Amino acid sequence: MRIVLAYQSGVPIYEQIKEQIKASVLSGELPENELLPSIRQFARDLKVSVITTTRAYNDLELEGYIQTVPGKGCYVKRINGDLIKAKHLAETKTAMATAVRQGKLAGLTTADLHHLLDETEGTIK
Amino acid sequence: MNNAIEIKNLSKRYKNFLLDGISFSVPSGYICGFIGQNGAGKTTTMKLMLNMALKDSGEIEVLGKSGDDESLKEELGVLFDQPYFQEDWNPIDIERAVKPFYRQWDSKAYHQYLAKFSLDPKQKFKAMSRGMKMKLGMAVTLSHDAKLLLLDEPTSGLDPVMRDEMLDVFRDYLVEEDRTIFFSTHITSDLEKIADYIIYIQDGRIVYSGLKDELTEKYCLIRGGEGDLPQDKRKSMIGLREHTAGFEGMIEVTETGGFPPEVVIETVTLEDIMVHMSRNGETL
Repeated sequence: MRIVLAYQSGVPIYEQIKEQIKASVLSGELPENELLPSIRQFARDLKVSVITTTRAYNDLELEGYIQTVPGKGCYVKRINGDLIKAKHLAETKTAMATAVRQGKLAGLTTADLHHLLDETEGTIK
Repeated sequence: MNNAIEIKNLSKRYKNFLLDGISFSVPSGYICGFIGQNGAGKTTTMKLMLNMALKDSGEIEVLGKSGDDESLKEELGVLFDQPYFQEDWNPIDIERAVKPFYRQWDSKAYHQYLAKFSLDPKQKFKAMSRGMKMKLGMAVTLSHDAKLLLLDEPTSGLDPVMRDEMLDVFRDYLVEEDRTIFFSTHITSDLEKIADYIIYIQDGRIVYSGLKDELTEKYCLIRGGEGDLPQDKRKSMIGLREHTAGFEGMIEVTETGGFPPEVVIETVTLEDIMVHMSRNGETL
């Protein structure tokens, strides 16, 4: 799992932790049933307050990414269909961004890009 | 037990100072920073908590016991801005002197801390630097399984490297549950990342007590050029400073509507809050 925090970014630290764990879960880097570091240990490691990691974990639990087993710890949950959808959407956006960037390098206009998208979609069943 | 510290209507009058019926509580299991300017009443409050000064009125409950319960002392780790030990003693002599006071004294842990802090067990106290003395004080404080650390300005006078090491010690201590740290400081940058709760005292009164994030998320800094400050926003500004080319100050995040788009809005630090609050002389 990768967590890199930006302290000056204006994005709350708990939000950054949450989003990065989410990314690790979605990419499959954190597999189902993987035990996450304890809230206190994690706060110590990341040099943040205990409330910060608690907040990140609570949000992740609410959003269905992790599950707390009392007395044992927090585990990565089985990802449901919606999550997979979200993952595919994220990948689509990344691929699309790459396509648009490349297109601009090739001097394509917005209309050219739309046309190309329709054409590509037609070839994939 | 939910609160490590409970203070109700605590008052103490000195010739030139009044601690004015303060109340606050510190939840157990977290780090709570006690901030305020020099002379605001931080050390007085801590001394009253430790029964080192006599209160005029009010209630003090620490770890579920009354503040004057002597059995409490064993469960506390206390460090004031400078530890006092016999100048000619070395860490081994010091252990011999303090050990009888604690049933839970852990000699092994003490020596591990000495090694961790690179302290020579044979070096005399008087020959130590300020940083080394503070580390020695922490080693003593941490070696009797204290449930609550009460630290008064534990990082003041330390260089940045040493301060960071000190904060790491706090973090390690807090990995175990049911341990609480209450520490006063005017170096608020130490608290930005580490503290869960903040108690803010100003002129003998508590002006904020609660989650640190709620405090720093409530306000923002705002700066603008000449004519960018609408008349009706004036009263919402905290610590407003106007100059020939514009203005700057602090404001509640919910009040930021109604300014022209040219103004700059930034997040606040605890230091910003202290500076602007004291400029205003108002309570939160």
